[in-house]
Amino acid sequence: MVERFLAAVRGIGHRVVDAVWRMGYAARFFVATLFHSGASFRRFHLTIKEIYFSGVLSLIIILVSGLFVGMVLGLQGYETLQKYGSESALGTLVALSLVRELGPVLAALLFASRAGSAITAEIGLMKATEQLSAMEMMAVDPIARVVAPRFWGGVISMPLLAALFSAIGVFGGYLVGVVLIGVDEGQFWSQMQAAVDFREDIVNGVIKSVVFGIAVTAIALFEGYDAPPTAEGVSHATTRTVVTSSLAVLALDFVLTAFMFRGV
Amino acid sequence: MERTTMDLWVGAFVVAGMAALLVLAFKVGNLGTFNNNETYRLWAEFENIGGLKVRAPVKSAGVVVGRVADIQFDNQTFRARVTFNVDKRYQFPRDTFAKILTSGLLGEQYIGLDPGGDPENLKDGDKVAKTQSAVVLENLIGQFLYSKAAEGDGNK
Repeated sequence: MVERFLAAVRGIGHRVVDAVWRMGYAARFFVATLFHSGASFRRFHLTIKEIYFSGVLSLIIILVSGLFVGMVLGLQGYETLQKYGSESALGTLVALSLVRELGPVLAALLFASRAGSAITAEIGLMKATEQLSAMEMMAVDPIARVVAPRFWGGVISMPLLAALFSAIGVFGGYLVGVVLIGVDEGQFWSQMQAAVDFREDIVNGVIKSVVFGIAVTAIALFEGYDAPPTAEGVSHATTRTVVTSSLAVLALDFVLTAFMFRGV
Repeated sequence: MERTTMDLWVGAFVVAGMAALLVLAFKVGNLGTFNNNETYRLWAEFENIGGLKVRAPVKSAGVVVGRVADIQFDNQTFRARVTFNVDKRYQFPRDTFAKILTSGLLGEQYIGLDPGGDPENLKDGDKVAKTQSAVVLENLIGQFLYSKAAEGDGNK
């Protein structure tokens, strides 16, 4: 009885120490990535390649989801607003919810599952097939050659994807609200422009998406780099990337929103 | 190093992303309409500002001429001190009247400026002396009930 209790306590302690250890390793990994990112700007074609893989190839899913999210916002917003006779505020509703929240957050969630999981799987497999060790043997630092370009590729792609998401979402809202339902076009745009502030809303949305880009890419890279070099280990790491980075995006979103939009 | 098709795609992606940001700034946001013009600062004291908020519009004859910059409670006079920026293009006489109005029945509140007839104009840092507070629904109902009660007494 006492033995089992002690074993349970030991197990908890072991897990806590392990988590703290991993945290420290992740922090050191992140700092090393930043420290070695000079190479990814000197040899910019490496970063361009990663922007292609994580940014350009995510375009389709981002654009299609953005369009549909905007159209749903248009429909649902109209449903609710017309009860109060204020369907002219539809543009404001669609634009503010996309620019402030849905654009950065949904684009980051899609980015995590589309590009983050691919980054983890790729680096995990590179590790499992000992390509990373081979690089070290050839005196090529894998963090400078493999990790840093992927990091900057993700950080550059993310705000652009979020902006595209918001823009196409507003267009989707316009399609449903103005073209399909027949809300007045002038009111739709003018109320939107009156309510959306460049610095308060748009710049804050871009800041959010940059932060999400850093978080998602850093988590994906670390999970891949830290994955046990087995098929099972890589598959677990890929799952963990999607789960952890989605939770991180949502938690960071709350913190950033609390700082940015405090009772204005 | 040669140019590849990948570069073309990445270039197109970056251009599209930047274009989306510009669309957001100018078509969705207010950067295109009213921002870069120089402003001057006025302030006014109100008994009650109701639901007025920072960044609420300042209108004259229905045209937006400025924005509310700051709202504070003055502990000396026990009144609300509202500072607002007005576009330099628009000048108002010294005896301009500042009211807190509501757009629509449930809309947001804004400051309405009614120009007076004074030959001199308001300058940066001036106080708009004549103000009218926001209409508070509870006070209005209270006054209505009071006047009804007074009428009832008179009829007796």
